[in-house]
Amino acid sequence: MIGYIIRRVLFAIVLVVAVSSVSLLLVRVAPGDFASESLGPGARSEQIQQARERYGLNRSFAAQYRDWIAGAVRFDFGRSMQYDRPVADLIPERAINTGILALTALVIATLVGLPLGVFTGTRPHGIVPSAVRGISLVLLSMPPLLTSLFLVFVAARSGWLPVGGMTSSSGEDLLRHMIVPVGALALPLIAMFERLQSQAMSETIGQPFVIATFGRGVPLSRVIWRDALKNALRPVASIYGLVVGTLLSGSFAVETVTAWPGLGQLMLNALRARDVYLVAGCAAAGAAFLAIGTLMSDAALAIVDPRSTAG
Amino acid sequence: MKYLGLTLLAVIVAAAVAAPVVAPYPMDQTFRGLLNAPPTRPHLVDDAGGWHAPFIHPWTVTNQLEQKYEENRAAVVPMRWFSHGRIVASADDAKMPLMLLGADSFGRDVFSRLVYGARLSLAVAAASAAGALLLGALIGGIAGYTGGLLDDLLMRGTDFVIVLPAMYIALALRSAMKLVLPPFQVFALLTGIFAIVGAPFLARGVRAIVRSEKQLDYAAAAMSLGASHARLLLRHLLPAARGFIGVELTMLVPAFIVAEATLSYVGLGFPDPVASWGTMLQDARSIRTFTDFPWLLSPAAAMFLLVLGLNLVVQHAGVVPVYNGTDVSPRRSRTNPDTVRS
Repeated sequence: MIGYIIRRVLFAIVLVVAVSSVSLLLVRVAPGDFASESLGPGARSEQIQQARERYGLNRSFAAQYRDWIAGAVRFDFGRSMQYDRPVADLIPERAINTGILALTALVIATLVGLPLGVFTGTRPHGIVPSAVRGISLVLLSMPPLLTSLFLVFVAARSGWLPVGGMTSSSGEDLLRHMIVPVGALALPLIAMFERLQSQAMSETIGQPFVIATFGRGVPLSRVIWRDALKNALRPVASIYGLVVGTLLSGSFAVETVTAWPGLGQLMLNALRARDVYLVAGCAAAGAAFLAIGTLMSDAALAIVDPRSTAG
Repeated sequence: MKYLGLTLLAVIVAAAVAAPVVAPYPMDQTFRGLLNAPPTRPHLVDDAGGWHAPFIHPWTVTNQLEQKYEENRAAVVPMRWFSHGRIVASADDAKMPLMLLGADSFGRDVFSRLVYGARLSLAVAAASAAGALLLGALIGGIAGYTGGLLDDLLMRGTDFVIVLPAMYIALALRSAMKLVLPPFQVFALLTGIFAIVGAPFLARGVRAIVRSEKQLDYAAAAMSLGASHARLLLRHLLPAARGFIGVELTMLVPAFIVAEATLSYVGLGFPDPVASWGTMLQDARSIRTFTDFPWLLSPAAAMFLLVLGLNLVVQHAGVVPVYNGTDVSPRRSRTNPDTVRS
């Protein structure tokens, strides 16, 4: 058990270090750097040279990387050239915005999707379960890019909800601005959880132990919600680790469409401006999310299915 | 439902293949007086109540600034069928072109661009799927066949890529190249990136299947008959993964299409005037634009219909159209006698 935990934590650390290092390297090998991109094609070459010197971009990659790593272990992630502020100041606010979005969507999707899946999985026939299945299939066909476009369209046309321009951090304003992006991110996820749980449930209730429990006179709802559900949680629990990645991918699209000030926007701008340290910082933050997510999903899976910690 | 899915797919693919015949106009033809004009409505009955072959009324601008248009009921433009190599077009383009889905902000016909865009979007997705298939089968096949250290390394690698958010990998890889590239290079680049991102999903399943098939008698028989490693793998073991690969590809294709759209939406896809569903969405990028001119969202609707079609077909095969992380074969649990319901 302890070996398992150590392995998973090690994986998380490797994830963060590898992802941020690779992104640093990627921006470095990309054509152009911050000096040439910010000064434009009309700049004289000595101007560009000066800017490079100022930002320390004229060093070799090895030297640059060594300094960056040395700083990063002390939580100094370098200085964003684009914003002229330390990366460590820029990231948290954006990371929290993305975190709020992803976590709320995940919680909603779990709270709505799982019970719905149990419901449809245990009732193969009937109008309501069929309707739920149909809606799920439609929502599954709408990835976050499409749901966000659709919801923004509805919100802007009807004027019910504010669209874009989330700036103030007062609670009520935040909540009103959250509805569209969270909805866009959660809807496909609800559908996915519903489908998975439904399939797992319909397979579980056919198993002998469920029939035996029912046969001993345990009420049906108790058999379903206590005995069968516990067994059928495995597929969904095991997909949580992947869902974190899916959520981040989806939230990139949602953030772009709904103008939600999250990591996605910051990273995109940093990539375009070749703002090396900001890119690496964003990647590190994203990887940290991912690491936390996979750790939590491993824990969830270990609770649901203790066999998963073996090996 | 399966037939609905197949029909949707067939219509979209047919329209894409026959784009020059289906689309009334080339994708870059602009109509200057019709910026953001709403869809033309074909009519059958004129104001006097007389029936005619389908015809259209020209738009007249009522508000230049807000780009509001009104039908000029007095003028009639007949529609022209099956001539000049197109199914249908307006008989007098100078008076009023046929714009079934309106015009974009450059005055280009959205329907024509949608049809040509389908070509590019589908081509990117298909080429990426083929690339992912090759790469995934290669990695999975080698890992499953050799086993041991190589297997371990390859699988660790794929696990790592699978955990990462695919969109960000694509974004980072795409941004590592020049931001604006000619269309052909964009095509090659996107295809390569998507193939790399998609391959691990295939590799994992293929590896598991190859590994278990290798234990079976027929593999041992083939080997004892003197089949080479390559022959055994390519001719006997990999074909066993056909079903799995088919299912997996139908789930990757929608992901690729949406990924292309997302990258184009943020301006890292195909350059203007080339039409793909993503670049068309980029034209509708500001929220004000697409709430006032909702027909600019038609590529989103097209994407939805395509993905829905694929999902309907997959669902019919008894597979949940969702990436299932741990279960290698979506059908495995079905063939387990314990779980088969009588």
